[in-house]
Amino acid sequence: MSKINNFLEEQELIELYKKMVLIRKFEEKCSQMYLRGSISGFTHLYIGEEAIAVGTVSALFDKDYIVSAYRDHGHALAKGSSSSKVMAELFGKSTGLCQGFGGSMHLFDAKKRFMGGYAIVGGGIPIAVGIGMSINYKDEDLVCVCFFGDGAVNEGAFHEGLNLAKLWNLPVLFVCENNYYGMGTSVNRASSVEKIYKRACSYDIPSLAINGMDVIEVRRTVDSTVKKIRRGSGPHFIEMQTYRYRAHSMADPDRYRTPEEETIWKERDPIEHYARCLITEGIIDTYELSKINEYINNEINEAVKFAENSPEPSIDLLHEYVYAE
Amino acid sequence: MTELSYRDALNLALKEEMDRDPEIMILGEEVAFYQGTYKVTRGLYAQYGENRVKDTPISEEMIVGAAIGAAMSGLRPIAEIMTINFTLLAMDQIVNHAAKIHYMFGGQVKIPLVIRTPQGAGNQLGAQHSQHLEAYFFHCPGIRVVAPSSPADAKGLLKSAIRDDNPVLFIEDQNLYNTKGEVPYYDYIVPLGIANIVKTGDDITIISYSKSIQDCLKAAKILENYDINAEIIDLRCLNPLDTTSIFQSVKKTGLAIIVNEAWKTGSVASEISSLITENCFEYLEAPVLRICAQDVPMPYNKVLEKASLPDIETIVDSVLDMLKIEKTKKT
Ligand SMILES: Cc1ncc(C[n+]2csc(CCOP(=O)(O)OP(=O)(O)O)c2C)c(N)n1
Ligand SMILES: [Mg+2]
Repeated sequence: MSKINNFLEEQELIELYKKMVLIRKFEEKCSQMYLRGSISGFTHLYIGEEAIAVGTVSALFDKDYIVSAYRDHGHALAKGSSSSKVMAELFGKSTGLCQGFGGSMHLFDAKKRFMGGYAIVGGGIPIAVGIGMSINYKDEDLVCVCFFGDGAVNEGAFHEGLNLAKLWNLPVLFVCENNYYGMGTSVNRASSVEKIYKRACSYDIPSLAINGMDVIEVRRTVDSTVKKIRRGSGPHFIEMQTYRYRAHSMADPDRYRTPEEETIWKERDPIEHYARCLITEGIIDTYELSKINEYINNEINEAVKFAENSPEPSIDLLHEYVYAE
Repeated sequence: MTELSYRDALNLALKEEMDRDPEIMILGEEVAFYQGTYKVTRGLYAQYGENRVKDTPISEEMIVGAAIGAAMSGLRPIAEIMTINFTLLAMDQIVNHAAKIHYMFGGQVKIPLVIRTPQGAGNQLGAQHSQHLEAYFFHCPGIRVVAPSSPADAKGLLKSAIRDDNPVLFIEDQNLYNTKGEVPYYDYIVPLGIANIVKTGDDITIISYSKSIQDCLKAAKILENYDINAEIIDLRCLNPLDTTSIFQSVKKTGLAIIVNEAWKTGSVASEISSLITENCFEYLEAPVLRICAQDVPMPYNKVLEKASLPDIETIVDSVLDMLKIEKTKKT
């Protein structure tokens, strides 16, 4: 675990913790709500991977863009979307981020520059490259972070996207969330190159692999990388190694991983580890931690109440958004 | 005869064909180790080994392209694309390559390739995972399109598709996998291009395929309360299309509706409607009607999703409307 003192203001350090706990508890609640039948469709939980979204987004400006895939709740929450509106979207309610039209796999929050969750593996990658092109076109000091999984690097869109991003020197940070499985297929059964960060080498994009279970390491790496990108050094690639504690989706029986493997990863739990660091370094004590947990439990319960009490979208809207007016 | 689910009927067809012909092999995402996303390939990896049942990376364009290459060089590959939504990533290989090669090379080479893929809506999977795309392939010459509605047809048609020397897009309905029915256990073959009259009647012809057949049957039951005797044609196969059965029936009843769960505009229903109008015009007592999904991307919300799809009630109401019969509580 990285040393954390002298790195960020105390308040910021605590904020990282809060955000990770928010995502964890939000996802646990989702699982409950799914089993209760309030949430439907395919629902992919982010539990275990919280340090990636939180560490990465904390290093960005509010105006920076992020693009996600279908495991997108954590990204939206990290970028500042309201937990109530995300929950309402999962419930398919009119008060949801996308008024109930999107669902779990298709969150979007224009105000927060959360540029969408896409359910086609690799589908978000060219879109992120296009956002990078737009940033350069307008000569803005911004970056676009593109999150995708280890499975997505085998799609053509990934290769076409990386090539163009480098060719045109676009301000895109590619973040590969390597949780070692794409559905039931492990990386070594799907990728000719097991070290995924090396994929970027063929496009001459600077790349490295880091511990995605360590929020400070994520934050530090993204901080320095994003600074380089803002100075015009073009796209970068970071492989963040992590693990999803839950099945691929709520519909997956999850029979392809061993309990031993799961235990090894859970011992490195990003939230527990970070909490211990904060305590050891005297930044927070257990009482304050429990206060935070309590506060977040309340927030999540409020989110559920909000979602439950919100109306369904009106049937009159069925054709409303097919075309822009 | 044995009772099997649609899923197990497909599984059995795969096994029987693989036993018969060693050149048949399967490739796709999660088909081997995981036993298939919808478990259609369950047990095949254990039985036939990794040379004949191959897990691929998430690379749809490559899956279909590699299957084409294999088909051109002596194998009879069966490619599984996890859902029809992802065939869009392989569209170049399907439309620009598989559908063209036999023709553009003057008949020198055949492409005995099956692409199995499920489709279906109604499970709140959202806009990118709920599409019915059969019309995209139906539109394209050079590729067969099959869409079984029952376990027996699933078995018989898959075996025909595998034996056919053309590329075949074999569309399974993901909402039918658990439905059960009697399936002949012998080497049961349903030839491509022959529709199934699932119910005979004299008053109106209802043409459909895939899961909608069940809705049509239920609607027909309700219509009996109004003394309407509907004939229901299950196309089973969209290319080749059994126009003979369609025209015969429409000439008998004088009325036709076509039901499909895909978008209305440019749908299979639209094409069949044109064919009927061109070929049976003087027999028609009313304009041909299409009952389809609304032309919208699928909304996630369950109420909106339901409103966008055709159902039993829409079929009943449309028929009553067509026959100018007032709806009573008889339903
Ligand atoms: C083009 C396409 N092919 C297949 C799928 C089905 N699918 C959904 S998620 C997934 C695995 C992706 O794994 P990875 O990129 O590692 O992301 P993770 O789920 O691990 O976050 C697959 C095969 C899809 N949604 N889109
Ligand atoms: Mg993965």
